[in-house]
Amino acid sequence: MADGKAKSTPLLDIRNLRIEATVYPPGEAPKTITLVHDVSLTLEKGKVLGLIGESGAGKSTIGLSSMAYGRGGVRITGGEVILNGRDILKAGPKGVRALRGREVCYVAQSAAAAFNPAHKLIDQVVEAALLHGTATRAEAEKRAVALFKKLSLPNPETIGERFPHQVSGGQLQRVMTAMALCSEPDLIVFDEPTTALDVTTQIDVLSAIKDAIRDTHVAALYITHDLAVVAQVSDEIMVLRHGRLVEWGGTRQIIKEPRQEYTNALVSVHEIEHKEQQPGTAPMLSVKNVTAAYGGGHVKVLKNVSVDIYPGQTLAVVGESGSGKSTLARAITGLLPPEQGSVVFDGRTLGNRLADRPKEDLRQLQMIYQMADVAMNPRQTVGTIIGRPLEFYFGMKGRERDKRVAELLDEIEMGKGFIDRYPAELSGGQKQRVCIARSLAAKPKLIICDEVTSALDPLVAHGILKLLLNLQQVEKVAYLFITHDLATVKSIADSIAVMYRGEVVRYGAKSKVLTPPFDAYTDLLLSSVPEMEIGWLEKAIAGRRMESAGN
Amino acid sequence: MSSPILRLVAQRILLGMVLLLAVSVLIFAGTQILPGDVAQAILGQAATPEALANLREQLGLNDPAWLRYLHWLGGILHGDFGTAQSSGLDIASSISTRLKNTLFLAACAAIVAVPLAVILGLIAVRYRNGFVDKLISGLALASTSFPEFFIGYVLIFVFAVHWQIFPSISTVDESTPFLERLQAVVLPATALTLVVLAHMMRMTRAAILNVMQSAYIETAELKGLKPFDVIRKHAFPNAIAPIVNVVMLNLAYLIVGVVVVEVIFVYPGMGQYLVDHVSKRDVPVVQAVGLIFAAVYITLNIVADIAAIVANPRLRHPK
Repeated sequence: MADGKAKSTPLLDIRNLRIEATVYPPGEAPKTITLVHDVSLTLEKGKVLGLIGESGAGKSTIGLSSMAYGRGGVRITGGEVILNGRDILKAGPKGVRALRGREVCYVAQSAAAAFNPAHKLIDQVVEAALLHGTATRAEAEKRAVALFKKLSLPNPETIGERFPHQVSGGQLQRVMTAMALCSEPDLIVFDEPTTALDVTTQIDVLSAIKDAIRDTHVAALYITHDLAVVAQVSDEIMVLRHGRLVEWGGTRQIIKEPRQEYTNALVSVHEIEHKEQQPGTAPMLSVKNVTAAYGGGHVKVLKNVSVDIYPGQTLAVVGESGSGKSTLARAITGLLPPEQGSVVFDGRTLGNRLADRPKEDLRQLQMIYQMADVAMNPRQTVGTIIGRPLEFYFGMKGRERDKRVAELLDEIEMGKGFIDRYPAELSGGQKQRVCIARSLAAKPKLIICDEVTSALDPLVAHGILKLLLNLQQVEKVAYLFITHDLATVKSIADSIAVMYRGEVVRYGAKSKVLTPPFDAYTDLLLSSVPEMEIGWLEKAIAGRRMESAGN
Repeated sequence: MSSPILRLVAQRILLGMVLLLAVSVLIFAGTQILPGDVAQAILGQAATPEALANLREQLGLNDPAWLRYLHWLGGILHGDFGTAQSSGLDIASSISTRLKNTLFLAACAAIVAVPLAVILGLIAVRYRNGFVDKLISGLALASTSFPEFFIGYVLIFVFAVHWQIFPSISTVDESTPFLERLQAVVLPATALTLVVLAHMMRMTRAAILNVMQSAYIETAELKGLKPFDVIRKHAFPNAIAPIVNVVMLNLAYLIVGVVVVEVIFVYPGMGQYLVDHVSKRDVPVVQAVGLIFAAVYITLNIVADIAAIVANPRLRHPK
């Protein structure tokens, strides 16, 4: 080890990095908190280091420190960041500007937000190269087109003439990678570049990024919360938690022989044992040949969809974005009246429109959403939020209501100490728990869960899934579980419907749906879920039978 | 130009025309509600009933209101605003010179005020929450907070009385040569600039600060762009719509709201003309000026709407 590192000075050498921010908690004096505690790392030329951890672990903050950048009032207060042999924290504003976009480039999580909507893609891709004078306009554009080709973007010659909104999310993420590579930097910081993408798109982008890194010999910091993803591209992995180093080692060692308990928890996070229940005699809710459309019938988003949900069981609906999963939920709840077909609940047909349904029907079907924080009124306390359905459906008041709210808080493992808290004071997982309690308060027979764990860290999501399964046992409630994450499906579903472009392409009991032979789309979906295994990416790409919808 | 954008623009223009028509109905109806009629006003209290009846017949006042409205509107569409009761002069020809004067003054003020406000807004964002930002905001707010007549008299005192650089009275007529005309409006244009500056500056600042929260601003910063270039190249193009909106509102104000400044500097513009004839209860003139002012407001707002549509890349370049 000693002679391996002595050969060359590292490209990036971060020593005892300390990063702080001032927070302004409501009703208290401002205080300084430490986000990163004395973290050190080194990165050789052409190597990839994966930074992994949950939100709040300080991964992005550390990544951005390699560009001497502190996001939103964050301050680098201690340590050294030595890039190409000099401490960039002492470089001054001009020195820092000279290295940003030239020596180090950044690829953001959401390319859709990180591209300026007002400018053509090509202008943004070549901007840094022109600014730093590393190429003439013609050279930079030629390089950009070559990179578009390498990243297998469609129409590489002309895609640069488009505006960001004219290009799909997966393609935009690859254009962003091209933008980072265009000024031929020594280091690229990838900040969750595939997290916002569908699994089938993620695999394309991931392999494009991996090839580009290999061919250009650029070094990279790859930030993600998904260990399976980072295992595909990294030489080494650093596990972080609460701004401290947990474990740092080679990729194989981290995923096969983790030394720390926390790393072990991350590695084994997806596994929940859930025994499949046999469908009962009569379904509780049947969706019968539903066709629905937006824009006055112009855009058909559901085509002749039929599924059944049995009492106390879980139907998982899987598919990519745009496959019509959420629209199915809207049709069932009456928010989008179907054009044809019907929804049968407990043996009777429900009104098509929300306005046609009596209060009792509304009570029986509840929803939980992906974004817990926007699904709650920020000016109401947890007690008011959970108590609202109790008042609305059951007319509960005063002490009776408070008692029931406390019971519900116990059920979601939070306790009645939270009754007077506001949503802003809760963590992401706690917010989602409050939303679960609110839906349970109505004592529904069916809860529609729309991507409820997608915005959460794996370990937190794991806790939410366990809670939902426990509650199902206790309350005998059925779930319609909408998700794009197949690992979640395996842990929670009794039956599965796979949706593709508004149609159900595969439907049945979990064991049946997940057993070969597969149809082409289910095969693509299943084979795109990253596995925690070195070399999985290459195998998966080689074994594909169809192109993903992103292309 | 693609078809959705053309459709939207055509829609806005059509809507503006309908609106203008509605305003013309309101203006006409409003003057009908007033007690007395034109014949009474012309002949005065001492008129004999026969004379009144004759004049009414002559002026067509016995026709139903909708017919008179159509006559009035038809005349306007042919450029005939009728004659002023008080002076007997043709309204269209008196207005045309005054409107030219008003537009000239407004244009002079706008050419200085709009770029200055936008640039000051950009600078304020660059040094946001710092000394420069506070100085700009403070001065702009102070200049807006002083009443127009106060600013006007201060300008006259300093530049016309004390230093004697510019005239205190801005009377011009059609024979005034361009340079002299320009010299005459320097002080009133300055006063107007000071009045409208802060509103546009602060809106520019707020609109750009709003955009500065976006992820693509961070992208630009991480490319190594200078702070001012980030604002100019990446923030400003996305803040155009709200800025144009407030600029147009202020331009409209420069045209229709300058009565006080015109009076102070004795400038023969529309505002003074309107005030004169309101005090003389000269209904045809008030109607004509009201309609022109409404047209100015509606046109400028349509321009703002169209600018916002054209500035939106999603509409300009559909998928």
